[in-house]
Amino acid sequence: MAEFIIKMPDVGEGVAEAELVEWHVKPGDPVREDMVLAAVMTDKATVEIPSPVNGIVRWLGAEVGDTIAVKAPLLRIEVAGDGEAADDGTGASAPVGVEASTMSTIENQPSGVVEEKPVPSIAKDQRRAKPVETHPVSPAPVKPVASPAVRLRAQEGGIDLRQVLGTGPAGRITHDDLDRFVVRGADLPVSAKALARNTTFEEIKVTGLRRRISEKMTRAAARIPHITYVEEIDVTDLELLRETMNGNRKQDQPKLTLLPFLMRAMVKTCAEQPGINATFDDDAGIITRHGGVHIGVATQTSTGLTVPVVRHAEARSIWDCAAELMRVAEAARSGSALREELSGSTITITSLGALGGIATTPIINYPEVAIVGVNKIVMRPIWDGRRFVARKMMNLSSSFDHRVVDGFDAASFIQRIKALLETPALLFIES
Amino acid sequence: MKEIICKLLVIGAGPGGYTCAIRAGQLGVDTVIVEAERAGGTCLNIGCIPSKALIHAAEEYDNVSHMVGLSSPLGISVESAGLDLARTVAWKDGIVARLNSGVLALLARAKVKIVHGRARFRDGKTVEVETETGIQTIRAQAVVIATGSEPVDLPGLAFGGSVMSSTEALSLTAVPKKLVVVGAGYIGVELGTAFAKMGSKVTFVEAREQILPQYDRDLVAPVAKRLTALGVRVLNSTKVKGLTDDGLVIKDAAGEEHRLAADKVLVAVGRRPRTKGLGLDELDLDRAGPFLRIDEHCRTSMRGVYAIGDLTGEPMLAHRAMAQGELVAEIVAGKRRSWDKRSIPAVCFTDPEIVAVGLSPDEARAQGFDIRVGQFPFSANGRAMTVSRDDGFVRVVARADSNLVLGVQAVGFAVSELSAAFSLAIEMGARLEDIAATIHAHPTRSEGFQEAAMKALGHALHI
Repeated sequence: MAEFIIKMPDVGEGVAEAELVEWHVKPGDPVREDMVLAAVMTDKATVEIPSPVNGIVRWLGAEVGDTIAVKAPLLRIEVAGDGEAADDGTGASAPVGVEASTMSTIENQPSGVVEEKPVPSIAKDQRRAKPVETHPVSPAPVKPVASPAVRLRAQEGGIDLRQVLGTGPAGRITHDDLDRFVVRGADLPVSAKALARNTTFEEIKVTGLRRRISEKMTRAAARIPHITYVEEIDVTDLELLRETMNGNRKQDQPKLTLLPFLMRAMVKTCAEQPGINATFDDDAGIITRHGGVHIGVATQTSTGLTVPVVRHAEARSIWDCAAELMRVAEAARSGSALREELSGSTITITSLGALGGIATTPIINYPEVAIVGVNKIVMRPIWDGRRFVARKMMNLSSSFDHRVVDGFDAASFIQRIKALLETPALLFIES
Repeated sequence: MKEIICKLLVIGAGPGGYTCAIRAGQLGVDTVIVEAERAGGTCLNIGCIPSKALIHAAEEYDNVSHMVGLSSPLGISVESAGLDLARTVAWKDGIVARLNSGVLALLARAKVKIVHGRARFRDGKTVEVETETGIQTIRAQAVVIATGSEPVDLPGLAFGGSVMSSTEALSLTAVPKKLVVVGAGYIGVELGTAFAKMGSKVTFVEAREQILPQYDRDLVAPVAKRLTALGVRVLNSTKVKGLTDDGLVIKDAAGEEHRLAADKVLVAVGRRPRTKGLGLDELDLDRAGPFLRIDEHCRTSMRGVYAIGDLTGEPMLAHRAMAQGELVAEIVAGKRRSWDKRSIPAVCFTDPEIVAVGLSPDEARAQGFDIRVGQFPFSANGRAMTVSRDDGFVRVVARADSNLVLGVQAVGFAVSELSAAFSLAIEMGARLEDIAATIHAHPTRSEGFQEAAMKALGHALHI
């Protein structure tokens, strides 16, 4: 008999650790070659780890939620014979984007010899101080009551019907209930109609994508001294141009939103101010100015915030930008985006405009040095020197890494974007 | 032979396999299906369809037989009744052939490529098919195993000679005088009843305490009563010891041995998954007993390899396989799908027929539900009386707290057609009030469904 240690695979892009999000096996389970053992979350993408061998699981090296260092032992499998079969399929069976699982063969070693534990990045004790419980606990019905059509919609939308409150007879979930859930999220039970103290509480372990978001935001906010600059932009002419272009667009062209125009403005401005389209490796103390403008666009998905990337915006037309943005955003929302489509941006746009608000304080998408935030377009009276005129106005709230971008440069960047957007013909003039 | 490369390979063109291939083809998935025999699988060729044809012919013959002389209360009389089983079987074969070509046409319309031959896995994504013109290699991104099941034989009762499986029973050209049916599950009782109606002296040998052991006593009682009326002998708690030249040796509950004379012995003790010769052992897929283990996406333990239908376990029913086939096709086409059915209807084409959807009262109680049950007998149903068959009933099981319907069962003449209403009620999450408040056409047997719901609510109108 021999034992295999399957180690945390190197997921590339310099990622040194990944979070275990799901075990598919437990100790004592027989496993077959190519069977999925576990799922780990890397840079916003979940990767399945397949077994390279047949055998029996003897030891799991982590619990769901643990962050495991690359190359740390993940699990041990007892295999029959000398385990040479492991040489086959190691690479072939690895999922796309994952390098061959690293593993070692330990022959005839008593169990207990290999007690090397994965290195969690956060002390386990801290996180496990409180057991995670959900209150109140009530016996769940067999399955949520809903018609097949409602169930199909929920599946396609990635909605767990157990989270949806059914308002129909016997708690049946209707199409309207689903619509409401999509817009508002989970409902509160309707039975709590009377005024009463609500003493229930729910503790939710922050795992998966939410944890990635949380860690990333904390790192960005903690390490980057932000300077936020807000300017108002008259987009009346731009809106007119946009309407005209949408009105005359060809059948295969996507509808233009404001974002492709903003992207175009950013591309032009970044060419003039390369220090803005940059990333800052603060550990190494190196600023990298990028030739290509890869624009991340913060996108809300059913599982949380992701940032799909429109690559090489400098080489794309307005229409192409719009089409690519639509494609990557849809891929992010449906959960089918590739890791490459969710990473590698050099500057980011965040847009909460649809929800209103006059200004935001965007957090930079670490390790970038700038983020441009779009606020809602509103019709406002503007004094033109002689009288008030109705103009469509939009605030841009933009943050910069003050360690490497001076206030003057930040303001210049935004003023240049303002000039381009207010005289949109400039967007199309080749320099 | 040039290698075929495709996105989806389906092995087996039974109801699960062909449904999967057609749906995949509709969705634009480049699909190949492999079948060693005729398209349609067990269901179409040697199962559901031919058996129902034979059952219908037997029923017709039985009706006519009862009109000989002036004994029929309907006032119809005939001089004599005759049966040419060879012609009946030829008629049945004609139906099968029509459906066979129909399946092939549907596959072709969906642009599915059909390869005739026996498939064997080389690895998880490559299959070699032994065709008439040589070995055809097929490489696919996803493979669906849908090879179905085959009848189980008994030690000492190997198929051959006078011992037959359901397959041979459906192609007999003469009615056996004395037929012993070993195993009184639904296949045995369906076929045994048909032969009894065609004139065989039928004896059932069942090891368990009652026939149709998967159903509760109340549902089975009308069937048992009808078998008695047809002159069928039922030996429960009885085991088969072996075969002699003139019949079968059996051992009763008291341990005593008896001899049963038989021209033919139909062994219908169950079916097992057909996994041999496929090279599955090389793949070493996870099993659940004799079946392939699958998850709610019909995935096996190997990535990209799916399994559907009888070889994935009970209930071994064509409509379950079809639903799984459709599910897998949509998953392969990139849609988000998982098995979320609330129930799989089970129909027994005995006389009378039995339909069961969802939970029986006992099953519901065992799952911890506080229930209410409504039962309505066909003896109070006008339509049942007009066809001279008022035996049986409809039964509705619902949660006591919400009246949510958990299960519906019925036993009675032609109740198989009510299964659609029962399944729809459960899938839609109907309450008793929904069924009670739905107008049911009069005079039909379906009124029994409405009345059973009303009974459970405490206000049945016609009893």
